[in-house]
Amino acid sequence: MSFETAGYQLGPVLPELVLALGSMALLMLGAYRGQGTTRTVTTLAVLLLVLTGVLELMLPAGKLVTFGGSFIVDDFARFLKILALIGSAATLILSTEFLADPSRRIFEYAILVLLSTLGMMVLISAGDLISLYLGLELMSLALYVVASSNRDNAKSTEAGLKYFVLGALSSGMLLYGSSLVYGFTGTVSFAGIATAATHANVGLVFGLVFLLAGLCFKVSAVPFHMWTPDVYEGAPTPVTAFFASAPKVAALAVFTRVALTAFPGIIGQWQQIIVFVAIASMALGSFAAIGQTNIKRLMAYSSIGHMGFALVGLAAGTPEGAQGVLVYIAIYVAMTLGSFAIILAMKRDGKNVENISDFAGLSRTNPLLAFFFAMLLFSLAGVPPLAGFFAKWYVFVAAIKANLFTLSVIGVLTSVVGAYYYLTIVKTMYFDEPLTKLDPVRIELRTVLAVAGLFNILFFVYPAPLVSMASAAAKSLF
Amino acid sequence: MTTWPILSVTTFLPLVGALIVYVSRGDDEAAQGNSRWIALWTTLITFAVSLLLVWRFDPTIADFQFVEKGAWLASGITYHMGVDGISLPFVILTTALMPFCIIASWKSVTVRVREYMMAFLILETLMVGTFSALDLVLFYLFFEGGLIPMFLIIGVWGGPRRVYASFKFFLYTLLGSVLMLLAIMALYWNGGTTDIPTLMHTAVPRSLQTWAWLAFFASFAVKMPMWPVHTWLPDAHVEAPTAGSVILAAILLKMGGYGFLRFSLPMFPLASHDFAPLIFTLSAIAIIYTSLVALMQEDMKKLIAYSSVAHMGFVTMGIFAGTIQGVAGGVFQMISHGIVSGALFLCVGIVYDRMHTREIAAYGGLVNRMPLYALTFMVFTMANVGLPGTSGFVGEFMTLLGTFKVSIPTAFAATFGVILSAGYALWLYRKVVFGALVKPSLSSIKDLTFRECLTLFPLIALTILFGVYPKPVLDMSAASVQQLVNNYNTAVSAVKAAALLQ
Repeated sequence: MSFETAGYQLGPVLPELVLALGSMALLMLGAYRGQGTTRTVTTLAVLLLVLTGVLELMLPAGKLVTFGGSFIVDDFARFLKILALIGSAATLILSTEFLADPSRRIFEYAILVLLSTLGMMVLISAGDLISLYLGLELMSLALYVVASSNRDNAKSTEAGLKYFVLGALSSGMLLYGSSLVYGFTGTVSFAGIATAATHANVGLVFGLVFLLAGLCFKVSAVPFHMWTPDVYEGAPTPVTAFFASAPKVAALAVFTRVALTAFPGIIGQWQQIIVFVAIASMALGSFAAIGQTNIKRLMAYSSIGHMGFALVGLAAGTPEGAQGVLVYIAIYVAMTLGSFAIILAMKRDGKNVENISDFAGLSRTNPLLAFFFAMLLFSLAGVPPLAGFFAKWYVFVAAIKANLFTLSVIGVLTSVVGAYYYLTIVKTMYFDEPLTKLDPVRIELRTVLAVAGLFNILFFVYPAPLVSMASAAAKSLF
Repeated sequence: MTTWPILSVTTFLPLVGALIVYVSRGDDEAAQGNSRWIALWTTLITFAVSLLLVWRFDPTIADFQFVEKGAWLASGITYHMGVDGISLPFVILTTALMPFCIIASWKSVTVRVREYMMAFLILETLMVGTFSALDLVLFYLFFEGGLIPMFLIIGVWGGPRRVYASFKFFLYTLLGSVLMLLAIMALYWNGGTTDIPTLMHTAVPRSLQTWAWLAFFASFAVKMPMWPVHTWLPDAHVEAPTAGSVILAAILLKMGGYGFLRFSLPMFPLASHDFAPLIFTLSAIAIIYTSLVALMQEDMKKLIAYSSVAHMGFVTMGIFAGTIQGVAGGVFQMISHGIVSGALFLCVGIVYDRMHTREIAAYGGLVNRMPLYALTFMVFTMANVGLPGTSGFVGEFMTLLGTFKVSIPTAFAATFGVILSAGYALWLYRKVVFGALVKPSLSSIKDLTFRECLTLFPLIALTILFGVYPKPVLDMSAASVQQLVNNYNTAVSAVKAAALLQ
């Protein structure tokens, strides 16, 4: 029996193979040519990500399974992989300036982002607990290093270390949970677990809880969120933008896939966990952000809250819910990248400023920047007609259909609390007296901002493509 | 009949104007002047286009006209626009008042004129859209979207406590609306669509009716605003620039009443019937209590703001009476109040521009130097009181008449409110306009300029015209009101009959 007939084709993993080999080649290029190649390596890395995306889209349609079921390429995986690739590529573009600094010309940065992205793609396509763990660790290990890429900065180093220690702990929990699930079902493949786990027994539920705890850590959902504000604040801003976008896509993807394809039989068990986690995340994300003065810390709490909202869709456990998660994460990535482009653009005398008070009077000194940021903030608050409203619409409409009324009511009420702190930033920009002028905004930041900002503002004009793609992707899980 | 989408053009024309204002860059005097003229012409053209709607509108048809439908979000959620006799008056009110707002801001707004004009034009699109959307999601989009420009208008061009007022306005309204959003979702799953005409003919289970009614009530009661959730309004009014107050009082408040008419009554008739006593109680309290509060005010804008709450009490009372006179009176009262309260805020703005204070005590004896102003202000004060011959009388009388058939105590209390409203309105007028002109600061105050006459005289004409001849507005809405009330009564009596059989 040849490998081919036993379901071990290499075709479905072609994009991942290209990405892996490409990043090795870039690593060699950098290693032999030295730090002078940082810019070239970064540019080539972006092109490599684009190429990977193109290859992903060229794969034959339908559900492709390889490696004996460990690796699945369905519409769900395609949708999220493209999203993760966009997130990574945009982050690399946003990092250009950070890497241009002579003291930080580290070509490894782009390589690490590429490897992390490779991990995400494996994670998104994971069909069993082994490939899940492999993908997760590849993604996370690269992230630990990029978090501390600002080597001379104590905060950055602290962020990396903190992330590593807590990340290792969560990986441990995830592994422990996986082993329990394996022990009680006799299989590691999601499809196999789904067949075996038709009713809840204590051991299986124990494993499930540990598994979900590990995943909650990765999406930074309460009560496993503690690392987020410190890491977001400490890491260099382009890295924070990366943390807030692509890895969140991958983590949420695997969260959804595990819950819906491995444990559909015991939905009652995990649904209550997700409901609790979602409520706690939304509430903490809204209330804790109010007192923040640092914009990156605020974005950290904001992202905790947004993960809570995305999990509302998952809590429904229906195709509509999965569609809600997908729409939410797609719009969330756009809003986050746009916001971080603005945070990166906030420079005074060549130095990045990070306090909310630094935004004072931005609407006079740089009206266009202020306008885009205001629209992004209103969108993050979920005010129509901006994209963020549609994100919330799709998750809550699924929750209402699943009769999760308490969750929905608490969710929308916390979104009002959340609106308060987004409004305070708008207030700072529009109502307060201006400070000194900012430095001119670099072209690559402007490009990312324009794309993300216009997507955000004009989404309502023609929302059908994203919505129907998300719908098809969600259906491929069921 | 031509096929061009006249309603969409009316809705989105101001948005085009806003884009043109945006493109005309520059911050110097000339650029500011340009943006004023562009805004004025945009609102005038929009008004002209909206008059075509009146021209082609067939008042004998109760259903929606000028219907446009296009694919949008997904199955069941479409781009669906149209107006009937209930929404068309509000569309016209919006487009008609916008040019006045632009003219009123001509001189008083001097900073960031371009942004100001853009905010107003975008707001116009959202307001017209709110009244002509025939899909719940689309409606919500316009309804909530209006918060953003209004928040900025209050916050950027407002008075000293503008930050507090703008936050209170935004968060209060948002809090009410998010609950409505959940109810919209529940209706979507109940009917499989958010199409308003379809949902009007979709039976909603009793329990869902109750919850959905409460959720919609949360949103509209805040917007209206009804006692006790009215506290954001005086703050917002006081801090907003004149034109912002006009829009707030004349149009944004009407969205609440329009919502009750468009959603609560036709979609949840049973719940509306069940909750009518609650509405009556709140309306009666609002009329009496806020009138008393108005008597104690020292700020002119605040006084008018409280009087708005009282007048909206008449509207809610009339709507939930569920009688022809009540509902038609509610519509008429809203239109009339839109004109009168808008004009009153313009009047306050005129003296504020000259003296930079709204303290009632800072004025007195204005009639000596501003006879034209005194006359204008008197007409609107009388209309606010509800003097026969002004439009204010027709609305109040019809709502009282409609309510009297259903709940005598409410009508009784509300009639008391009319006396109180005469109290505070005349008191305000006497303090500001009559008496001797003793304050030295007022000794050189000038009477209305041509530009100010331009904003006020058409409104005087409308106030008196609708006071003596209210037929145009009543006829426009008659068929739709008739249908609304019939459906409501059929639904309520069907349930009563079923209850009797058991």
